[in-house]
Amino acid sequence: MKPVTVITGRGVPLQRSDVDTDQIIPSDWLKRVERTGFGAGLFSEWRDDRNFVLNDERYQGASILVAGPNFGTGSSREHAVWALMDYGFEAVISSRFADIFFSNCTKQGLLPVTVDEEVANQLLAAVAENPELEITIDVARGSVEAPAIGVSATFVLQPFTTERFLNGWDDIGLTLRNEADLTAFEAKRPGYLPTTA
Amino acid sequence: MAEKVWDQHVVHKADGEPDLLYIDLHLVHEVTSPQAFDGLRLAGRTVRRPDLTIATADHNVPTTALDLPIEDPISKKQLEVLTANCAEFGITCYNRGDFNQGIVHVIGPELGLTQPGMTIVCGDSHTSTHGAFGALAFGIGTSEVEHVLATQSLPLTRPKTMAITVNGTLNPGVTSKDLVLAIIGEIGTGGGMGYVLEYRGEAIEALSMEARMTICNMSIEAGARAGMIAPDQITFDYLEGKEHAPKGEAFEAAKKAWAELRTDEGATFDREVILDATTITPHVSWGTNPAQVAPITANVPNPEDFADPAEREAAARALAYMGLTAGMAIKDITVQTVFIGSCTNSRIEDLRLAASVFDGRKVAEGLRVLIVPGSHRVKAQAQAEGLDKIFTAAGAEWREPGCSMCLAMNPDKLTVGERSASTSNRNFEGRQGRGGRTHLVSPAVAAATAIAGHFATPGDLA
Ligand code: SF4
Repeated sequence: MKPVTVITGRGVPLQRSDVDTDQIIPSDWLKRVERTGFGAGLFSEWRDDRNFVLNDERYQGASILVAGPNFGTGSSREHAVWALMDYGFEAVISSRFADIFFSNCTKQGLLPVTVDEEVANQLLAAVAENPELEITIDVARGSVEAPAIGVSATFVLQPFTTERFLNGWDDIGLTLRNEADLTAFEAKRPGYLPTTA
Repeated sequence: MAEKVWDQHVVHKADGEPDLLYIDLHLVHEVTSPQAFDGLRLAGRTVRRPDLTIATADHNVPTTALDLPIEDPISKKQLEVLTANCAEFGITCYNRGDFNQGIVHVIGPELGLTQPGMTIVCGDSHTSTHGAFGALAFGIGTSEVEHVLATQSLPLTRPKTMAITVNGTLNPGVTSKDLVLAIIGEIGTGGGMGYVLEYRGEAIEALSMEARMTICNMSIEAGARAGMIAPDQITFDYLEGKEHAPKGEAFEAAKKAWAELRTDEGATFDREVILDATTITPHVSWGTNPAQVAPITANVPNPEDFADPAEREAAARALAYMGLTAGMAIKDITVQTVFIGSCTNSRIEDLRLAASVFDGRKVAEGLRVLIVPGSHRVKAQAQAEGLDKIFTAAGAEWREPGCSMCLAMNPDKLTVGERSASTSNRNFEGRQGRGGRTHLVSPAVAAATAIAGHFATPGDLA
């Protein structure tokens, strides 16, 4: 995954609580064989409604999803994270995330930002009112700032997760830090082991 | 034994982190791999060891004649994508119609790629099959598939060990399928969770490799990610001369190393279960999970008789779904379809066993019988022995290899309410088609049931 250090962008207000992964990416989309292109399926059932916020011109190009509490519940499908990222989101702000969704986010490089309920509500209201509002999230400092409305809040990630984002380490990247060990191990494997060649 | 194999494969170890385990063989199929390949592409990564990776098309392939087109566009797409991905990343791929093609867990052993002491993974839960050789083999998810493609290793937490010791000898007419169904009935679908199972004891040692694979295959149905059997002379004899098995001196060296894998005398397990083989009879599942089984001579249980409230409720739900009444004799249950196949029971011995029952007999009126060999090699062998003739003369359909009605991703499906006797491994609701009712049995019981029209053993046939 790509390193994530500072995200500056506009927000999309998703004023619903308990949004589950079936809603984020409906199951019809799971038949795909690619890992890309899921953005088109993001919230696809809700997008049939012309008034749904993603259909609002003013929010096009925004990179931060400001969501209600309990975001990402339900099935563990990683497709939910792929869909959000493919659509163009770099971070999701909520007062509470479902565990598996949170961990899927950290593995793929979508920044989950947990803030106090008060801050979340304030941001939701502000973004709903002003689509141009600029939000800045700094991973190293663990800060969320929207100076225009006087929001300056903090969020916490495990130190290791912070490292992951700052260095762009996905699980494979982490393993490849031990590349030398892998190569050394391969050199010692017994000669009788089969190859498929 | 599991611990020995584990220790031999640790690449990197650190406190508070999972061990990084080297993977000796990665089996790939069309359903769980496409996103993994796409992930590599997105990140600009390559496959570290294409020479330790092999792909085959199995889950989606139709089992009808090879010259017929694949009708389902999604299946067709998945198969095409597998071929293209393998070509792009340099992986050998056995497509529909290739002589080496077959169910992923059938071809690994028959090509000699599955060997004792190896770590083997595949994006399919029945990878436990390969444990029959004393390999540590387990199923993985798509992200892990990508991880193994890129690094040929996986970060894993060491599992606990459970010994399942089966003393005595199995009675004639009782197969390893009956044994494993009885074991799952005993320890439950969650009983193996977090453990690697090691099957041992006199009854296990007496089994052929194919029968051992049937047992290890179903470890996952007891909740265990892996099952293992210590390699012995039967294992070595099976491997000798197989295409990818070591040859000559290398084989002798390998044999020495393999013999060392056996669990040391006096080693302790985290849990131990002991069974008496002589008490085991042919089994049939009556419910909607593989632990809901009973001897074929028994009656459908009464949910009220289960002490545990959760089990009672599960049994009641299962009976409703299965359309069965408590107390009826299992042998009185009639079926509409018989499926002999899947990575549990589609090898040559399974087909020989079924053929011995079909020989000179006719399938009951109106019954559909599908016989799906596990691979093209199995198919060719069966045809060389004339088994196909026996099947078709009896009125059964002889199909092309694939997973077929094991999970009904191809056109072989049950319809709503249709009942099957199946040699596969899962009787979950809808597993063989929406609303379908699956009873898990051995190939011998499946064949006898096909002839009788209701559950029967070969001994019940006139
Ligand atoms: S036969 Fe069934 S269990 Fe085996 S690999 Fe195919 S789908 Fe999975």
